[in-house]
Amino acid sequence: MAESHAKVQKAGGGRFCCICNEKRAALKRPKTLEQICRECFYTVFEEEIHQVIMENQLFKPGERIAIGASGGKDSTVLACVLSELNRRHNYGLDLFLLSVDEGITGYRDDSLETVKRNEIQYGLPLKIVSYKDLYGWTMDEIVKIIGLKNNCTFCGVFRRQALDRGAALLKVDKLATGHNADDIAETVLLNILRGDIARLSRCTAITTGEDGPIPRCKPFKYTYEKEIVMYAYFKRLDYFSTECIYSPNAYRGFAREFIKDLERIRPRAILDIIKSGESFRIATSTKMPEQGTCERCGYISSQKWCKACVLLEGLNRGLPKLGIGRTRVSGKDQKKDIKQSSGMKSIASKQCGSLDF
Amino acid sequence: MQLTVEFGGGLELLCDSVKIHNVNVETPKGVQQLIMKDLLVWVQKNLIKERPEMFIKGDTVRPGVLVLVNDCDWELSGQLDTTLEEKDVVVFISTLHGG
Repeated sequence: MAESHAKVQKAGGGRFCCICNEKRAALKRPKTLEQICRECFYTVFEEEIHQVIMENQLFKPGERIAIGASGGKDSTVLACVLSELNRRHNYGLDLFLLSVDEGITGYRDDSLETVKRNEIQYGLPLKIVSYKDLYGWTMDEIVKIIGLKNNCTFCGVFRRQALDRGAALLKVDKLATGHNADDIAETVLLNILRGDIARLSRCTAITTGEDGPIPRCKPFKYTYEKEIVMYAYFKRLDYFSTECIYSPNAYRGFAREFIKDLERIRPRAILDIIKSGESFRIATSTKMPEQGTCERCGYISSQKWCKACVLLEGLNRGLPKLGIGRTRVSGKDQKKDIKQSSGMKSIASKQCGSLDF
Repeated sequence: MQLTVEFGGGLELLCDSVKIHNVNVETPKGVQQLIMKDLLVWVQKNLIKERPEMFIKGDTVRPGVLVLVNDCDWELSGQLDTTLEEKDVVVFISTLHGG
């Protein structure tokens, strides 16, 4: 690639921004391969997200919106950009930060400190909901009982509900999450690799759960991770970057690495995978799970009990394997059992659920 | 050659959680100018204390690691062939950690 250039230019050397033609270029955009300066980058980065919000009608004036905030790069940049766009374009939104405290010492306690600083930096009210309060268990306590095998299953199932419950407490209309284009491309691939047709069909939707209590939306659906990190770096945003101490993340990590390898060869690949995901039409003969409500807690569920209740029942009865792998929930109907356990098996095989779709 | 090497986005965990390193890097013998390719070898040998596979893949940084030389994306300056000068600041940021 570079060898064809007779003289390699020094960083910041000769190249001008292809938008303003005045300042030195500071980065190469993966989406367009344009070379642009820092100021033009801020402008196009923010305005593209604004366009996505407008074209997809993600928000309505007067709505209360919770930003799912982990203290990591994506949610920190989302909080920063959304509060700026809300001011600049008069969205008329009431924004809140919503964090989940899983109870992981040395990881979540540190990242929550970052979120607390974000609360002050962006002037957004913060609500923290904890696993301990909601379920009576911290992840530290759960890991002590079940070890490091299926812990991500518990955490992922619990987090999804925790965010919904937190959103209900804040009385928000919608939850915005920081999932970026790389995350979504990765999830499309994972759902193909797992044969998870139900998730494959909805994982590229920019807004989900509109029939449920709290819809969720992803303003960064088309935003490259590289640009999010560059934005955070150039703006010196305060974010937390440590991998969860309990997350082996093997399967997802493999897909992530594959996406990153593809991006290096052809950055457009990320958007193209999303486009492919959007274009899939699920055959009408494919059996999709029916959505109902949990008989125990009333949360949306395709089974008699929602996954969180099954897992929690296991923990509280000292049978933590309940809901994991081939364990049976009720012994009445053999056929139903098999269906149930295979449904559970598919969640058991999922690694870290921090990317709930 | 005096350089500042900075790690972010979790990469600092590979070098005793120290983010900023002021270092003196010798230009290899018989070579006129130090380039990023040389620096990567040096960094891997002298600064990375654990899990080098999180930083290097093949002869370059692992995909997902951003590199900036004097706050400029190294994709604009020739990546591995980027030449380094006295007092340059080289930043490595992982994009692979958490959201």
